[in-house]
Amino acid sequence: MKLRRSMLFVPGANAASLSTAFLFRPDAVMFDLEDAVSLREKDAARLLVFHTLQQPLYDGIERVVRINPLDTPFGRDDLEASVRGGADTIRLPKTDTPEQVHELEAAVEEIERDCGRAVGSTHLMAAIESASGVVNALAIAQASPRITGIALAGFDYVMDMQTERGDGTELFYARCAVLHAARAARIDAFDVVFSNLDDEEGFLKEVALIKKLGFNGKSLINPRQIELLHNAYAPTQEEVDYAKRVVAAAKKAEKQGLGVIALGGKMIDGPVVDNARRVLDKAAASGLRKE
Amino acid sequence: MELKQEALAGTLESSDLFIRVSPSEDPLEIAIQSEVIHQFGEQIRATVEEVLAHLGVTRGIIVIQDKGALDCTIRARLQAAVMRAAGETTMDWEALK
Amino acid sequence: MASKRNPMASLGDHNKRLEPFVGFNAKTPFVSGPGADGDRKIVESVEEAVRRVGLKDGMTISFHHAFREGDKVINLVVETLARMGFKDLTLAPSSLLGANAAIIPHIESGVITKLYTSGLRGKLGEAISNGLMETPVTFHSHGGRVALIDKGEIKIDVAFLGVSACDPFGNANGTSGRSWCGSLGYAMVDAMHADKVVMLTEEVVPFPNTPASIRQDQVDWVVQVEEVGDPAKISVGAARATTNPRELLIAKLCAEVMEHAGYFEDGFSMQTGTGGSSTATSRFLERRMREKDIKAAWALGGQTGGMVDLHQKGLIDTLIDTQSFDAVAARSLADSPKHMEISTHFYANPFSKGAVVDRLDMVILSALEIDLDFNVNVLTGSDGVVRGAIGGHADTAAGANLSIVVGPLLRTRIPTVVESVTTRVTPGETVGVLVTDHGIAVNPNRPDVADRLKAAGLPVVPIEDLYRKAIAISGKPEPLHFLDNVVGHVRYRDGSVIDTVRQIAP
Repeated sequence: MKLRRSMLFVPGANAASLSTAFLFRPDAVMFDLEDAVSLREKDAARLLVFHTLQQPLYDGIERVVRINPLDTPFGRDDLEASVRGGADTIRLPKTDTPEQVHELEAAVEEIERDCGRAVGSTHLMAAIESASGVVNALAIAQASPRITGIALAGFDYVMDMQTERGDGTELFYARCAVLHAARAARIDAFDVVFSNLDDEEGFLKEVALIKKLGFNGKSLINPRQIELLHNAYAPTQEEVDYAKRVVAAAKKAEKQGLGVIALGGKMIDGPVVDNARRVLDKAAASGLRKE
Repeated sequence: MELKQEALAGTLESSDLFIRVSPSEDPLEIAIQSEVIHQFGEQIRATVEEVLAHLGVTRGIIVIQDKGALDCTIRARLQAAVMRAAGETTMDWEALK
Repeated sequence: MASKRNPMASLGDHNKRLEPFVGFNAKTPFVSGPGADGDRKIVESVEEAVRRVGLKDGMTISFHHAFREGDKVINLVVETLARMGFKDLTLAPSSLLGANAAIIPHIESGVITKLYTSGLRGKLGEAISNGLMETPVTFHSHGGRVALIDKGEIKIDVAFLGVSACDPFGNANGTSGRSWCGSLGYAMVDAMHADKVVMLTEEVVPFPNTPASIRQDQVDWVVQVEEVGDPAKISVGAARATTNPRELLIAKLCAEVMEHAGYFEDGFSMQTGTGGSSTATSRFLERRMREKDIKAAWALGGQTGGMVDLHQKGLIDTLIDTQSFDAVAARSLADSPKHMEISTHFYANPFSKGAVVDRLDMVILSALEIDLDFNVNVLTGSDGVVRGAIGGHADTAAGANLSIVVGPLLRTRIPTVVESVTTRVTPGETVGVLVTDHGIAVNPNRPDVADRLKAAGLPVVPIEDLYRKAIAISGKPEPLHFLDNVVGHVRYRDGSVIDTVRQIAP
């Protein structure tokens, strides 16, 4: 099972970060060519990311590049560098409509053909950062078979909503909408960054919330948050023990040719068994939660 | 590629390098200062010469202050500096590999 | 009155060599008459002290380096001796640091012609590596220095010891006055062994100044000077807290190694050192100690605020201290009855009747380079220039049940894991585990430890894998070029020569 809990932002113009971020073993790394890079360094950052992508450093980690929007002077060159460099996934910022995804998809395919990369091998991820993006979330999530996830970006969204970051109430609808779109489209969903690095407690509280809602994970800006996040997402010993009993009961029922699965005198439905299998896969991939 | 104006790229931060390229009538002149010159001086020079050759740069002055950058960083920074100096905005991806 | 009683008359011939009594102060004039007051050891200036001790050309002078980069004594005294016209002196401080670049001109002019030290940094290290001295420098460990003194190879004629406060008789400690350095662990050795001891003090305080780390019976002269050291600079370049995620990553792995290597049980002992990663390790260790209800009986070092914190929380019973690396450690030495000041003799002398390092369970150590045989270099940089110090590295590695070397796999482009170290300081046979940000390697001579770490799910790989990983990222380093000229001998703690340092090619 490939987990996508953590997506670590790495500023595209920072040579030292580009050459060390893999050490922290995030599930995905996101080289940022957009907001983290000043206008005059766009060219250099693009080349840094292009060459970093070709290094073996990030083997085993999903390599995502956040490009500038295609309607800026930088977007197309960013895309060229990313697809040619071998990025696994392109993250499109400020996605408001499915048409933007279609445009990106066409451009990616053209570059794939030109550089000899297998057509369809570049995945896409849409970042939703506005009210219209949230409203169009399902259409965006279903806009291309290349889309493997959508991410909510909180800062621009709350600006657009004429509010500000607070206790999470301001993101409640957006989180639910994006998440539902993702689940309906059978793709992954990523929550916003938590920017106060010193507030470990606040971070864990937010992680508990988004995990409960059903997000796959979160975009992160500091490597120190990775382990906290992974641990919070790891199944507990209790959950694993229960999942094992469920799976065992299901096997027993199957062996005996019973249509009904029972555990401790209670009937168990099919989805509960599916969920138990998922918990065991997760535990195998991430280990158990440490308190 | 012809260098038309002086251009800079990079930073003096650790693991990065700072490059200044300037046009010149004379054949290439490459000056490298590096914190790791004893152990990687020859490799840095080889990378610099290779990048310049791929970009078709045959004249100019290249001054490098290296702070222990990896090879891929050196390539990226030098390509950025040369393109800036040449006023070139079209990316020739084959030459940039 | 003497004519009435002649005690000698009753003695036989065989006692002819005995001297007759001629007055209570004949041999101890300082107990009465002029100069009989308690201030008789106080002299006006360093020059005066130098004249009184009878320093001569060719003699050996020594210092402690507890103030590290903040030291003001070494440069001041060498400068004074140069002005007084001395030549051909041997300088044998416990160590030298970057601030001591000021002595370079005095080496050039022949005031100093021989040097013993634990290490060198900055411009002085560069100058030595470029062939500044005709006689090679002797590099020793803290314990090894005491062994060299014991054997008489280092014979200290005059020790100049800087303290912030000292009483008129010379009783001194590092926790009174304005400039605390904390433990006087280095200086205690010099006070014990030097022929003459001159105290340089910022203030003279009333007798008796207790506790007396340096004792009046060891001190010849006391000189008041403006300043002996800046405590704020003790931790420059060595001890510091870190928020660097890479150092934290290494620290966390290191704490896990300590937890699972087989020595983490109630009553264990440790030395954590002062690098960014090793200081942070203590924080990670705290959680594990609480979870498992394990307390350390004692911690050795090199003490820092991090260790003091655990001590105050009751997680470390006793702190044993040769050098206080920050103000918190110095304060704790003054306040806590279980914060114990020890000399480097007590700490690590391999030939003492008992060195604390011999009882140590785990030690965390740094490395500039570590090679495929686990040999460690903490002395010369990747360019071959001397820019470090042996300190207690070789001592603790030899003494501890498990020595753990920590460091990033690469510092910018420079690999820490190399085929063969530039300078061998600590032999690989005494190094147990290497912890890097790319994984953990265990010395093949510790299969027991490797098994335990693997069982705990830690990323244990052969050290060759770490080496290959480093080279894949950085490229293979070109070999350094040295001249034949030897500029330094690296002495193992038992006095044997474990390696030489050669002059770097221009």
